[in-house]
Amino acid sequence: MAKRDRLSGNEAVAIALRQINPDVFPAFPITPSTEIPQYFASFAADGLVDTEFIPVESEHSSMSAAIGASAAGARSLTATSSCGLAYMWEELYIAASNRLPLALALVNRALSGPININCDHSDSMGARDAGWIQVYAENNQEAYDNMVQAYRISEHKDVRLPIMICQDGFITSHAVENIELLEDSDVKNFVGEYEPENYLLNPECPMAVGPYSVTDYYMEAKRNQAEGMKHVPQVVLDVAKEFQAISGREYGLFESYRMEDAKRAVVMIGSAAGTAKDAIDRLREQGEKVGLIKIRLFRPFPAEEIAEALKNVEAVAIMDRAEGYTNHGGPLGADVMAALFRAKSTAHAINIVYGLGGRDVRVEDMEKVFADLKQIIDDNDAGETYRYMGIRE
Amino acid sequence: MATDISKLGLKTKWQDLTGGMIVAGAGTSRDFNTGEWSDNKPQFIEDKCKQCLLCVPVCPDSSIPVKDGKRGEFDYEHCKGCGICVKACPFGAITMEGVK
Amino acid sequence: MSNHTEIRWHGRGGQGAKTAALLLADVAFQTGKYVQGFPEYGPERMGAPITAYNRISDTVIRVHSNIYDPQYVVVVDESLLETVDVTSGLKEDGAILINTERPKEEIIPHLKGYKGKVYTIDAKKVSLASIGRYFPNTPLLAAIVKVAKIMDEETFLKEMRASFHHKFASKPEVIEGNMKALEMALKEVQ
Repeated sequence: MAKRDRLSGNEAVAIALRQINPDVFPAFPITPSTEIPQYFASFAADGLVDTEFIPVESEHSSMSAAIGASAAGARSLTATSSCGLAYMWEELYIAASNRLPLALALVNRALSGPININCDHSDSMGARDAGWIQVYAENNQEAYDNMVQAYRISEHKDVRLPIMICQDGFITSHAVENIELLEDSDVKNFVGEYEPENYLLNPECPMAVGPYSVTDYYMEAKRNQAEGMKHVPQVVLDVAKEFQAISGREYGLFESYRMEDAKRAVVMIGSAAGTAKDAIDRLREQGEKVGLIKIRLFRPFPAEEIAEALKNVEAVAIMDRAEGYTNHGGPLGADVMAALFRAKSTAHAINIVYGLGGRDVRVEDMEKVFADLKQIIDDNDAGETYRYMGIRE
Repeated sequence: MATDISKLGLKTKWQDLTGGMIVAGAGTSRDFNTGEWSDNKPQFIEDKCKQCLLCVPVCPDSSIPVKDGKRGEFDYEHCKGCGICVKACPFGAITMEGVK
Repeated sequence: MSNHTEIRWHGRGGQGAKTAALLLADVAFQTGKYVQGFPEYGPERMGAPITAYNRISDTVIRVHSNIYDPQYVVVVDESLLETVDVTSGLKEDGAILINTERPKEEIIPHLKGYKGKVYTIDAKKVSLASIGRYFPNTPLLAAIVKVAKIMDEETFLKEMRASFHHKFASKPEVIEGNMKALEMALKEVQ
């Protein structure tokens, strides 16, 4: 029996973690993710979980401890935001290259500077090449559901890679919204026990982890690691199917919203996708054929599937909540454009940087994007393909 | 499950490496002849040895075998010639001269 | 109440505007509505102006933007009338609720010609008389529930009592004071 509730995104993720009951949770606070370990510390103190909760002195340490615990054979995780993620940079690569299936509850926040506590995706986008699986949420429900599914994806024997469960700082993390929670027992059964094949605390078979790889081995090691990533999309879909059976909620690699006959589309990540849906409904009422692709799985990137979903579109705006400083757009723009190129797409494509440092996204802003796409189709010219939305100029 | 290290080598394809390059199972260093990494080896002078065994625990490569409470000849397959045992010996029973 | 209500709160850091918005989301949720309650932070400092928002709807709420054209505005600290454009976008068929000890006639000239309804409440008086300390958010929560007709008073008081029992589980002695603040505020708002 699902339980209807109203929770902030942080509280929802903390409750998912209580239901998962992981073995080890080292944490260091940083806005806006602080509430996750804060709520969880209460659960630990109240005896609602068996987790070893370890307050550490930095994010470098929280990720190091999560890695050590995972290598030892424990189900571990930590939570962070922004500069906290930057401070665990070195460890991110170590977790992935050691094939350790741990989780990170990331609450997206702008990287300094200028210093800012509000949402954008510059933190996780910067870590997009670290070898982590990245899953994003539009709202609190998705943040909760993604957390429940995280370990099933990450620990799968063909994957064994760390997973970042991302949600938008403040916009969802600190907003109270309606949510449906699963029963504790359903989550427990769904997630199951973690049974690694090899682990440090196995007296029957001790293990060396993180060995030095000379040039003769390094490249083969990286290729071997990439193979784990190749299995992720299928595992994500399989886990989503099982999750649907217990929740009734459907998930894929991305969500196609009113794309069936869309001639104009936006591709975006996170909370602003909900705002875009309201804009799309308004425009659809006026007979305009517009739609949305909302990315759920960003790493690995479902390039072929996205190109396929966009194959009948005449113009597409790819929206990046992070600068790439490439002089031609952000990371999502680069990935989607590459996907379109390989699929020999003839659609006009522009890349829009938006929402940096918490800059608000209104329904009207999204309507304007669709109006701009209409202009591009009418002119048969994409014009400037690297644009900023909602900026004073 | 222990890693079959005999399958790891310079000709190993990426498909055959262990995930995360882990090496499961203990004592795998025995299978690697790291003794060849040095050209300087200690020499055991049995006549001077009082079998105090001070040299045994200081050897970083466990290259001084002990049997029935007595040390024997060096394991040159794994000794890297660091010379720590020479410093540890109170009786001058180990020297770095006359290297094999 | 219409099937989609938007409320904007203006307060200062530390006055509980965010908490009030979250509590309002809580009680509205209890009536079976879809809700949103969220803050917009400027500098994270006591006394700095902050804004908080509520959406209360009969249908799923997907939009994640701030609120620019609210039906209702709550001003937690009347000194903000001088520095913040509190009536910006406020619908004429809506209302503004202001925490002040001054009479309504003295406040209206500060509202930049806003033509909708104006309500006031002396939350300080209510708070001191009931809780014994100045917590403006509790009286204002009751007042906006009444002004925006979010639920009937009886249901509201019942839900809030349950909510306080949960929130103040470790200090039940404050529950009665807070309940009294709500009851007084429902009468005092004008």
